[in-house]
Amino acid sequence: MATGVITRRNQYYDSVFLMGVSKRISGFPGVQQNAVLMGTDANKEVLSSLGIRDPQLDAAQPSDLIVAVIADTQAIVADVLANLDDYLAGGVAPSATANPHTFEDGLEQKPNANLAVVSVPGEFAAREARKALDAGLNVFLFSDHVSIEDELAIKQLAAQKKLLVMGPGCGTSIINGVGIGFANVVRKGNIGVVAAAGTGLQEFTSQIHNAGLGISNAIGTGGDDPSDYIGGLTTFAALAALERDPQTELIAIVSKPPGAKTLAKLIERIRNCKKPVIGCFLGAHVDPQAQFENFRRASTIDEAVNLALKLSGSKPALTAKGPTSADLQRVTQERSSWAPEQKYLRGLFAGGTFCYQSQQILLASGIPVYSNAPLDKNYQLSDPNRSREHTLVDMGADEYTVGRPHPMIYGAMRKQRILAESDDPQVAILLLDFILGYNASTDPVGELLDALLQSKRNASLRGGNLTVVASVCGTDGDPQGFAVQMKLLRQAGVHVFQTNAQAASFCAALLK
Amino acid sequence: MPSTTDALIQEPLIVINLGLKAFADSLEQQQVEVVQVDWIPPAGGDQAVIDLLDQLL
Repeated sequence: MATGVITRRNQYYDSVFLMGVSKRISGFPGVQQNAVLMGTDANKEVLSSLGIRDPQLDAAQPSDLIVAVIADTQAIVADVLANLDDYLAGGVAPSATANPHTFEDGLEQKPNANLAVVSVPGEFAAREARKALDAGLNVFLFSDHVSIEDELAIKQLAAQKKLLVMGPGCGTSIINGVGIGFANVVRKGNIGVVAAAGTGLQEFTSQIHNAGLGISNAIGTGGDDPSDYIGGLTTFAALAALERDPQTELIAIVSKPPGAKTLAKLIERIRNCKKPVIGCFLGAHVDPQAQFENFRRASTIDEAVNLALKLSGSKPALTAKGPTSADLQRVTQERSSWAPEQKYLRGLFAGGTFCYQSQQILLASGIPVYSNAPLDKNYQLSDPNRSREHTLVDMGADEYTVGRPHPMIYGAMRKQRILAESDDPQVAILLLDFILGYNASTDPVGELLDALLQSKRNASLRGGNLTVVASVCGTDGDPQGFAVQMKLLRQAGVHVFQTNAQAASFCAALLK
Repeated sequence: MPSTTDALIQEPLIVINLGLKAFADSLEQQQVEVVQVDWIPPAGGDQAVIDLLDQLL
């Protein structure tokens, strides 16, 4: 095995462009691993954890390009690095474009802008967000790795200015019918959403669309917003804005577990809200007494969707009560195909909310699950790369995505993990999610299909069967084609469900 | 006239996109007025110099 590194001064590219370069390099025969990233401190730590150390790296700055290659031989490493310009071809360095390079220059071109979308590296993101707020713009802050202190400071500044900060780490919002970031294509309607759960927002809005209704605004807050440290500053501001919004008749809140104090305050605020509110606080204990005229609790996103449909005068569209009788027949069939040693479930998720919700559903069925993002801290995986017993992994978590593409954009990491899990003869079920919409992978199912078929073959060769269960989050309007992605999975022998809650309930039935 | 949250969710979006160009492209596909900022790290990303610049401005 050989390693090589090259750095280039003042050659800055965005992370999606770098991912494309990395993908092209990984196709070169003999390349085991590669990293194409900017010289930020976080990225340099990733390289160090991969065992790549080089004096050039110490001097690299965030505006410098780093390319590291691990390959079978030194000749292959040398070949890739010598031809780096070919791999970079097609990309134009931002400093060479005619577009503006700073927020101030951008504002000069659009002085009436009302939103800044910020996706610069985390260590610079709060600075850009402050500039936007000072100029009177709302902020959609996609960037991750912003400190919690910075988050609080910019949200306090936003509150003073009556502006909204969606994020940091906000993957998606739908504002006045427009999808920002990883949004699905949904029709406009009268249901408003506040979400501290990015893929939760996508699942809720997609299912509302699929049931024939629509969304007025869906406001992402960033996952840490409902913590007691931030105190739900964006959640409360978004709720108030939707309460005043004439297009919104009904509000749904979808959230990972809020802090206890923030949850209590939020319930009190909902009590005084002038519009009906549905609250889906995944994994949180909500006092059953907190039930009043305009507040409905939902324990899953599917239940929240059904409640929204009911309150809008439509029939519930999702089977929220667990597997149907046809599903139960499939359960019996699948279980009988397993080898005696096959008994464990492994869930590999692109969506963090789906990892949470699946744990909640399995725990409610009395099935304990380990995770890198556990609902029950007693089930924390000590090493996120090693599953034990029943395990559900959020592969969009920080430990996987610093300096590497998120699994919603590119499936390479999940592909490797699927193959690794299928080598374990005790694994009986693989649970996956596929997320469609703007900016997501153009073919999320296609990227993993070979690995799924290979995994099923491995299990058959051992005399058993690997049961693969999946859900697809999306709509008929999404660029990837909802029907096409579903069909690909079915053809591969995957049990496909319309929602993550249905897929997780099916897994619970398989394990009972 | 600075925008407010109410104006944001009730009026057409006008966006300054800093960073990932794909986000600007998907907004343009939805007929949103957007200016793409091909952001580059200020002062080569040297945090000490950036802090100094911020103090001077």
